[in-house]
Amino acid sequence: MALMRYAEALNAALREEMTRDPSVFLFGEDIGRYGGVFKVTRGLQEEFGFNRVRDTPISEQAMTAMAVTAAMTGTRPVLEIMYADFMPLTLDALVNQASIYEYIWNGQVKMPFVLRTQGGGGAGAAAQHSKSLDSMVAHIPGIKVVAPSTPADAKGLLKSAIRDDQPVVFLEHKLLYNMRGEVPEGDDVLVPLGAASLAREGTDVSIFATSRMVHESLKAAEALAEKGISAEVIDLRSLKPLDLNAIKKSIAKTNNAVVVNEGWNFCGYAAEISATIMDHCFDDLDAPVARVTMPDMPIPYSEPLEMAVLPNAEKIVAASLQTLA
Amino acid sequence: MKNSPSIDEQIEIFRKMHVVRQLEEKLGALHKEGKTRGPIHRCDGQEAIGVAATAMLDDTDYVMSTHRGHAHYIGKGLDVYPVVAEIFGRETGSCAGRAGHMLVADASKGMIGGNAIVGASIPAATGAALSNQVLGRDAVSMCIFGDGAAQTGICHEAMNMAALWKLPIVFVLEHNQFGLTVDTDMQSPIDDLSIRAAGYGMPSEIVDGNDPVAVYRAVGAMVERARRGEGPGMVEAKTYRLEGFSTSDMGGYQKDEDIAAWKARDPLKIAFDQLKAEVGEDKLKTIEAEAVAEVEAAFEKALSDPFPEFELFDASAAYSEVV
Ligand SMILES: Cc1ncc(C[n+]2csc(CCOP(=O)(O)OP(=O)(O)O)c2C)c(N)n1
Repeated sequence: MALMRYAEALNAALREEMTRDPSVFLFGEDIGRYGGVFKVTRGLQEEFGFNRVRDTPISEQAMTAMAVTAAMTGTRPVLEIMYADFMPLTLDALVNQASIYEYIWNGQVKMPFVLRTQGGGGAGAAAQHSKSLDSMVAHIPGIKVVAPSTPADAKGLLKSAIRDDQPVVFLEHKLLYNMRGEVPEGDDVLVPLGAASLAREGTDVSIFATSRMVHESLKAAEALAEKGISAEVIDLRSLKPLDLNAIKKSIAKTNNAVVVNEGWNFCGYAAEISATIMDHCFDDLDAPVARVTMPDMPIPYSEPLEMAVLPNAEKIVAASLQTLA
Repeated sequence: MKNSPSIDEQIEIFRKMHVVRQLEEKLGALHKEGKTRGPIHRCDGQEAIGVAATAMLDDTDYVMSTHRGHAHYIGKGLDVYPVVAEIFGRETGSCAGRAGHMLVADASKGMIGGNAIVGASIPAATGAALSNQVLGRDAVSMCIFGDGAAQTGICHEAMNMAALWKLPIVFVLEHNQFGLTVDTDMQSPIDDLSIRAAGYGMPSEIVDGNDPVAVYRAVGAMVERARRGEGPGMVEAKTYRLEGFSTSDMGGYQKDEDIAAWKARDPLKIAFDQLKAEVGEDKLKTIEAEAVAEVEAAFEKALSDPFPEFELFDASAAYSEVV
């Protein structure tokens, strides 16, 4: 084990995978000499050279379309999109290109690329630099979506994402980069895609959370424990493919579900999880599934407004209590 | 000389440039004290462009700005006080604290927005020019954008349509030598990005962006042309970003000798020298002091203003998902 920051864990994953496999290369804005605005790629251009760690112009649309064909033709590109808010610029490449070829060409090509980006509010970065657009990418067939909440998962999931033969959108969170945690050592320690993790065991209510909301949910579970309520927190971490078994197992035990996601409510990721729970666990539920999300509005800049709209432990506690009432 | 600013206009440009510089320096100082929130993109060294390029516009003309828009806001006629209040998230800000410093707008002044999606302001301004043409208004639209933004795909699409339809728009390229941290030669194989204008059949001119009179003349000529219905034009203003990308910039990529060389050509100094014979140094110093006092007062007032209170769907019913 080594104590690492989330950003360092990502950096280690990139370094190890680039060392292991010469077809892995990185490109993105300000990732080379500067090491990325969140310093995830620090030192990698020095180590691997410009050919494999490229600074790009501000050209997200072309970059993503290029990642698709670069992946189809023998490389494993890892593309950094500086903010999740810029993912709308990548959408044609994801929706109309990356998601279709493996199927329509009957398996003639593979699409092993990773689109790393970071989202989330709470930093005063305002309406165009704070969003969580998980559902926008999770909606696209053929694209996997992961969102690690700890340094260990950041490393293990990124390594798996790079080795995966399908496109993976890798969602980081700006407020997690400085979080420290123990990370298992070893080049081949992977965290598999498609597996949720049990962040806290409980028996009364299941809280299904993503990314930074896992930590808010853990705080909420603490507060609920003081009220004598035992909350289980499941870190979904692989947003797609979804670990349905983990969800079913937890609900079979608690009979109550709360879904927490920082994205918008309407047609959001939490809505999908809620519907999935209805499809598969209806008979196990004692109450309707509760959602704790961003209201359907732009993220305001001013601190009291931003704090009011973001989901947090307090809202998770309230939703859990309502579910159990 | 044709399109030169009058002395009064020049004095006003000088005054506003000082307002902007003082605003930037105050923000820098408050950032150091931990009193700002989120990243702030200062435009020290680029005041001449934002202020002089917008000086000949009316309130009915539209300007689209960037994440580095303070000089554009002040140039387009916003008072400094609501801008400061916005930057500090107060209810009294130009957008009641909802927007923050990158996204300030005052529609009544034709400032329809800072924009923090790089490149997005280029088609946005082109769309405003389109509506002017559709409605037969003689207003023009101006897009102020950076050398980084010039590399976006949407820039090409917008400029092609602007020229194709002879839209009343002026593209003002603030070439400050950097994208976020990468220098321009890591973003484009050409030095003078305005040579691309020829590819759209659009006139262009390169000017010293630290010289407010030169900026005014070049932009003024393009604005007149656009207003006459002769189509778009581009002005590439060469300048330098003195204070790094933003307050979260970790530095290490701008050369000290470059910064020193550009500081020696500070636009405030150039503006002063251009006016001192005509106006007198004392009068200019007084104007400068008044600008500084105005900004000081704006900060004092804004920082004691109340924060907004949250109500769900407060901006408008447009965001309500269920009726
Ligand atoms: C679509 C998009 N990509 C990336 C960014 C991140 N970003 C913000 S400003 C910037 C550099 C912009 O360079 P330029 O247009 O030259 O303006 P400057 O900051 O130099 O004033 C970048 C890459 C963004 N805001 N939007």
